[in-house]
Amino acid sequence: MKSSRNVMTFAGGIHPHGDGKSLSCYTPVQTAPLLDKYLVILAQNAGKAPVPVVKKGDTVKKYQLLAQADGVISANLHSPTSGVVSDIREIQGTMGVPTPAIEITSDGLDEGASPFDPITDWKNVDVEQLKQRVVEAGIVGMGGASFPTHVKLSPPEGKTVDTLILNGAECEPYLTADHRLMQEFPEKVIRGAAIFGRILNIKNIFVGVEINKLDAIAALEHYAEEYGVKVAYLRVRYPQGSEKQLINAITGRTVKSGTLPMDAGCVVQNVATCAALDDAVTLGIPLVERIVTVTGEVVVHPGNFKLKIGTPALEAVRFAGGITEEPGKLVFGGPMMGFAQRSFQVPVCKNTSGILLIPQKQAYNFESSGCIHCGRCVQGCPMHLVPCLLSTAIEAGRFDLAEANHVMDCMECGSCAYVCPDHRPLVQNVRRAKAELRKQMNANKEK
Amino acid sequence: MSDVVNDNIKLPTGEKLVLSSSPHLSSGSSLRKIMGGVLLALVPQIAASVWLFGIKALFIIVYTAVCCVAAEALWCKLADKDVWRNISDCSACVTGVLLAMCLPVTVPLYVPPLGAVLAIWLAKQVYGGIGNNPFNPALVARVGLLIALPAAMTLWTPSRGMKQMDYPEKQLFYTAENIQKISNKENVDGVSCATPLGAMKNIEKIPGRSEDAVNNFADLDSWEMIARYAIGDRAGCLGETCAPALILGFFILVALNLINWKVPVIFVGTVAFITGMVNIICPGISPNALFHVLNGGLLLGAIFMATDMVTSPITGRGCAVFACGCGILTSVIRLWGNYPEGVSFAILFMNALVPLIDRWCGKRPFGYVAKR
Repeated sequence: MKSSRNVMTFAGGIHPHGDGKSLSCYTPVQTAPLLDKYLVILAQNAGKAPVPVVKKGDTVKKYQLLAQADGVISANLHSPTSGVVSDIREIQGTMGVPTPAIEITSDGLDEGASPFDPITDWKNVDVEQLKQRVVEAGIVGMGGASFPTHVKLSPPEGKTVDTLILNGAECEPYLTADHRLMQEFPEKVIRGAAIFGRILNIKNIFVGVEINKLDAIAALEHYAEEYGVKVAYLRVRYPQGSEKQLINAITGRTVKSGTLPMDAGCVVQNVATCAALDDAVTLGIPLVERIVTVTGEVVVHPGNFKLKIGTPALEAVRFAGGITEEPGKLVFGGPMMGFAQRSFQVPVCKNTSGILLIPQKQAYNFESSGCIHCGRCVQGCPMHLVPCLLSTAIEAGRFDLAEANHVMDCMECGSCAYVCPDHRPLVQNVRRAKAELRKQMNANKEK
Repeated sequence: MSDVVNDNIKLPTGEKLVLSSSPHLSSGSSLRKIMGGVLLALVPQIAASVWLFGIKALFIIVYTAVCCVAAEALWCKLADKDVWRNISDCSACVTGVLLAMCLPVTVPLYVPPLGAVLAIWLAKQVYGGIGNNPFNPALVARVGLLIALPAAMTLWTPSRGMKQMDYPEKQLFYTAENIQKISNKENVDGVSCATPLGAMKNIEKIPGRSEDAVNNFADLDSWEMIARYAIGDRAGCLGETCAPALILGFFILVALNLINWKVPVIFVGTVAFITGMVNIICPGISPNALFHVLNGGLLLGAIFMATDMVTSPITGRGCAVFACGCGILTSVIRLWGNYPEGVSFAILFMNALVPLIDRWCGKRPFGYVAKR
């Protein structure tokens, strides 16, 4: 076995105790039954929302194009099932603001042929053809940021990318979607990575997995050599799956402040994105479903489900057997960086890795009395900032001081707020400062 | 679509769902747990002080702690703050126990309430309560009391072993008059004696001793005496004498991740280095390093006072600078200052520098690029 045996990591970070992964990591992925209605939000990617190409009353087939990408930083959207476009209206989005969505009323058949030809000979075809497929299939980063993947595949002139890293760290507590994906569909992940490698002309491909997923590592290693991929063992540490920390752990390179991973010669892709790419290339089907962890202490049967894009959270919870008591909080994503939702009607998007129900007794806002300078946030910060002092400056309205102390480098992983014994809203203050500073920057530009 | 999913339990909607910015998890640590950990680490030394100075030691400790909590409650009441929330974090209790650790067992009963007011009101609440005080409250109270009531604060009584009649180095620590009283078995309330550091300052004034400092120090830092100091068998404050108990407390604090281990180690190390070097180069100025490490409030100060989270620097580098400064100042005050003991002054002085240290020993962000 060629893969490196030493366990890699980065400086800083935290280790959440009781990470809740055992709730859902032992049950195989289940495919959810067909629903009556799906709500497909248009703006599922970072950048511009795609433009609808269907109108109310149209009949659609499964995999049919619903919305066409608008510009470069945008992604196509396809129908998750066959039926009728019953409505196009504004609904509550995953970010809490109203956003347009296409409602598909299923005809119960769930039929449709793959719109693209499978490219079985991906090792030899023209790279442009593969790139085209990534654009067509509407693939976005499925780890959270939902950045259109094809943008990452075209490094600008003068930048050489020599390393591709697959992010299988899944450092977020409670989430096991990537874990089950790697364990049950390792070939998809590895082959997807090899296709990415082919597109970017990279031979140096790593898949980084935290060592709390040894079964997934074993599954991946079974295929790794065949496709020329190396499995990197990562220490169990949050936020190990953060792009910059992952690159640092595996290659030892440092992504300089204000630059992109590409500037350090690296491209990072989520494992789920790789599996989606493999589907698009070898099967010719676009991205219309994904594995979602539906979990939480109050869920009857926490587990992983293959959900169609547009499945409302309510139905996802129903697939998981319902609840044992009333939850206090609904979170899309993991507990460390996920977004709290106001409604159970919010549908699953391409970047929804988890639906987490938090019990009422854990779902309240803490009061804080004052920073005692314990320095735990400083030890925990993976970006080596001083969150407590930043937060104090921000609370005093000194955004300039926060900026001088590198507040813009914060990636908002929340390690500081997690460890704070006084439950200070550290990362929350940082978000406020970043928003404020961006506003000021834009105002200055207009002048 | 109904929102009843099973067993008629409805999913909450709208207002009933808590909306908040991530993270949605917490490590579960709290101020109360931190303060509880510090109290736990103080237990060995509390036990040692009872063993060395009698049950009255425990009374003084509890009494001082109660005074501090009462002072905190009173202030919060007057300042219209939430009384229970402020005293339930146990920080006033910790301040009280630490203040008691700096008092001699003979302390008059009016002193702890005065100290509590100094510590809680003057040193903590006027700055805005927990987390905002620049100086360690217990040390401010100790120094305030030392200046205001020097006699009451420096009336030392002999510890357990020193009371024995055949105590060989009597004349180092007792006045001739008191030795006479002890040997006559006069019925007195108690006798006072000197601390080893006090003896170090005044040794040449003892009648009948030679003027030769080197010889005098040799009596103070002989191996026999060091062994006595090591178990805490000497005069001193309640909490400063028993080195093994304090070191056990240090390990508890480190195990509970409540202090930066660098601070005590560098602090004590610096004092040991400086006094050791002075002892080797000019033996007439200082006894050996072990004498300095085991005597006075060095271990108590280094382990429990200098590591106070609120008043020490945040970064590891800052802590190292802070501890080093404490060590240098302590050595200088002990060897050349007027006071026999300098730990509290040194820590308070370095407390004042913490904001500066924090600024100069900041961290370099990951992927830092220098701005032109």
